[in-house]
Amino acid sequence: MVSQPLLSIEDLRVEFDRGEDTVYAVNGVSFSIAEGETLGIVGESGSGKSVTLMSAIGLIRENGRIRSGRALFQGTDLLKLSERQLEDIRGREIGVVFQDPMTSLNPVMRIGDQIMEAMLAHHFCSHREAFERTLQLLHEMGIPEPRARFRNYPHEFSGGMRQRIMMAIALACEPQLLIADEPTTALDVTVQMQILALLEEQRRKRNMAVAIITHDFGVATNFCDRIIVLYAGQIMEVADTGAFIRESAHPYTVGLKHSIIEIGHRAKPLKPIPGMAPTVTEMPRSCSFAPRCPLATERCRNELPQLREIGPGHWVACHRAEEVLADVI
Amino acid sequence: MSSEVLLEVHEVSKRFRVQGRDLHAVEKVSFQLQRGQTFGLVGESGSGKSTLGRLVLKLLEATEGRIVYQGKDITRFTQKQMRPLRQEMQIIFQDPMASMSPRMTIGMAIEDAMIIHRIGTKEERQKRVDELLERVGLPREVKWAYPHELSGGQLQRVGIARALSLRPKLVICDEPISALDVSIQVQVIQLLRELQQDYDLTYIFISHNLAVVEYLSDVVAVLYLGEVVEQAPAEELFSRPTHPYTQVLIQSILKMPRSLEERQVLTPIQGEIPSPFDPPKGCPFHPRCPMAVDRCRTTKPERRLIGPNHAVACHLAT
Ligand SMILES: Nc1ncnc2c1ncn2[C@@H]1O[C@H](COP(=O)(O)OP(=O)(O)OP(=O)(O)O)[C@@H](O)[C@H]1O
Ligand SMILES: Nc1ncnc2c1ncn2[C@@H]1O[C@H](COP(=O)(O)OP(=O)(O)OP(=O)(O)O)[C@@H](O)[C@H]1O
Ligand code: SF4
Ligand code: SF4
Ligand SMILES: [Mg+2]
Ligand SMILES: [Mg+2]
Repeated sequence: MVSQPLLSIEDLRVEFDRGEDTVYAVNGVSFSIAEGETLGIVGESGSGKSVTLMSAIGLIRENGRIRSGRALFQGTDLLKLSERQLEDIRGREIGVVFQDPMTSLNPVMRIGDQIMEAMLAHHFCSHREAFERTLQLLHEMGIPEPRARFRNYPHEFSGGMRQRIMMAIALACEPQLLIADEPTTALDVTVQMQILALLEEQRRKRNMAVAIITHDFGVATNFCDRIIVLYAGQIMEVADTGAFIRESAHPYTVGLKHSIIEIGHRAKPLKPIPGMAPTVTEMPRSCSFAPRCPLATERCRNELPQLREIGPGHWVACHRAEEVLADVI
Repeated sequence: MSSEVLLEVHEVSKRFRVQGRDLHAVEKVSFQLQRGQTFGLVGESGSGKSTLGRLVLKLLEATEGRIVYQGKDITRFTQKQMRPLRQEMQIIFQDPMASMSPRMTIGMAIEDAMIIHRIGTKEERQKRVDELLERVGLPREVKWAYPHELSGGQLQRVGIARALSLRPKLVICDEPISALDVSIQVQVIQLLRELQQDYDLTYIFISHNLAVVEYLSDVVAVLYLGEVVEQAPAEELFSRPTHPYTQVLIQSILKMPRSLEERQVLTPIQGEIPSPFDPPKGCPFHPRCPMAVDRCRTTKPERRLIGPNHAVACHLAT
């Protein structure tokens, strides 16, 4: 599939002040999302998944700042826009689904009004049309009796239904890009399946691009065209899903794969990655994964591995990627 | 391994009275648990897993049924009668932070339970805290840290250390790994397993992650609207899931495929979980069941054995 990048993030660096320290949350991340593409972003907690995507669309806490980089959306650098201009784009061209629907829905506003509001705020359509479209969206999201449910408040829905209402809001103005931050992590597998199927249907219908953040390799591999693995605010590996499944070339990716417990694994010994993901308080100058990596050598502890292309569209930041590919671990 | 029966749960039900209506949280659940075994509980949110765990610990009073612990019927035990047993029965939660005071150091939090139960001298307790921290794989300095300074995985280890401080026999693990990264989940699962072997612990392991439950459990029960719809030894249940609901649960898990061609088609189950105030007549699963027949809408299927220790509540099960 040859198509234009819709969003192109270039050398993004984001840092936060925390007490005396600086937290280097995103350290030179570059990638793009094509029109209609589904991109998965995976990595452990704290690896920078949310900060990367949210800062690119201008959502950043006040103790944080973007040190450098560009986020070109259809050619416009989002990082240069005013808050007003960003608000015009977010919710209109770029829809966002946050991880916790309870904190991003207004608890004292009827859900129908919240969906309508998303359209009216962006002058997407008339009041009348917004009402009709809200009913239509609720129906498409699999909420029974939309007309009655329009009047309900968020607490009157289950977690899975609230997540679908969030999706209705994010999709209301027919965005070209949907950013979904762990949209199913807190949900039951049955509800996860419902939500992903809905997302897939909407994506197809509108040729919408989707960037989905997830911890779950099952979700990433079954749902996405391409997968990015983040660690310590850096890209460790980027691959098409096919290559990701069969030819992962970064020890971190391999370690995460070995950590997955699936049905039928009862007799299998577990192989956890030792230690845990760090909070980065110094600019990385060597491989950030070295303290946990079974293949780490002197070189890894002294020299920062650069992302390099080891196959078509398959990028890895590891000095020993070739050996990983040859199945040393 | 001894084959001593530690816990027997007989036809236990719990109904909550909510705004004048009865909410059926747990309905006639029965199982037996041998010392050193793990009993897994799976089911969707609201299916009654935590309630059942709390009933066993007698943090909630059962509406009906009997709970027998080490041969003693504790169903109607008063809080005072329960006191000596409290030490033996511990619980580990999904969010260990919620049960810790933000102003207590980790060391104090672990020592706290021992103080409440008047165990040991100050020095003995301190020594035990050090031992426990080491046992759950935390550096000793963590003793002086406050909860907000630890990661989720570290906090869960603290939660485990606290539960172990009283040398329990039965530990209820209520979603202990759900909030953790897969890599950390595996570390905690490994720890729980080792501890079980070292101390002959008996677990009730609650999770909506079926694969992890299969991995850890000897026997597994699947709950739907408070009822056990299927119960069997773990290997049997996952190799021969028989209740349509168990099958749906297993099919809904997205597994990492071995190639692009093997990717799963996203096939959602129809409908929502019905209201627990007003469970459907007949089979509680019939509104969502892909195999439902007329009989399912009118007659409730009894739980019956379809193989050794394999019980299913479905008219069509064979
Ligand atoms: N407002 C903030 N102040 C200080 N540090 C922050 C802030 N927000 C994020 N960080 C830090 O930046 C890093 C990246 O955080 P981010 O939220 O992007 O992680 P994530 O990959 O989304 O993790 P999770 O899976 O837990 O959501 C972490 O080390 C985090 O502690
Ligand atoms: N104290 C209570 N008062 C009233 N209803 C309750 C109470 N505790 C639980 N319930 C209800 O009982 C049912 C079972 O809840 P329970 O918490 O046991 O489910 P669960 O399987 O643990 O779910 P989850 O996976 O979300 O933790 C739910 O419908 C819940 O709303
Ligand atoms: S560069 Fe070295 S330490 Fe880093 S992942 Fe590769 S082998 Fe491991
Ligand atoms: S009894 Fe009928 S409705 Fe219930 S699970 Fe079996 S087939 Fe489905
Ligand atoms: Mg995040
Ligand atoms: Mg629960």
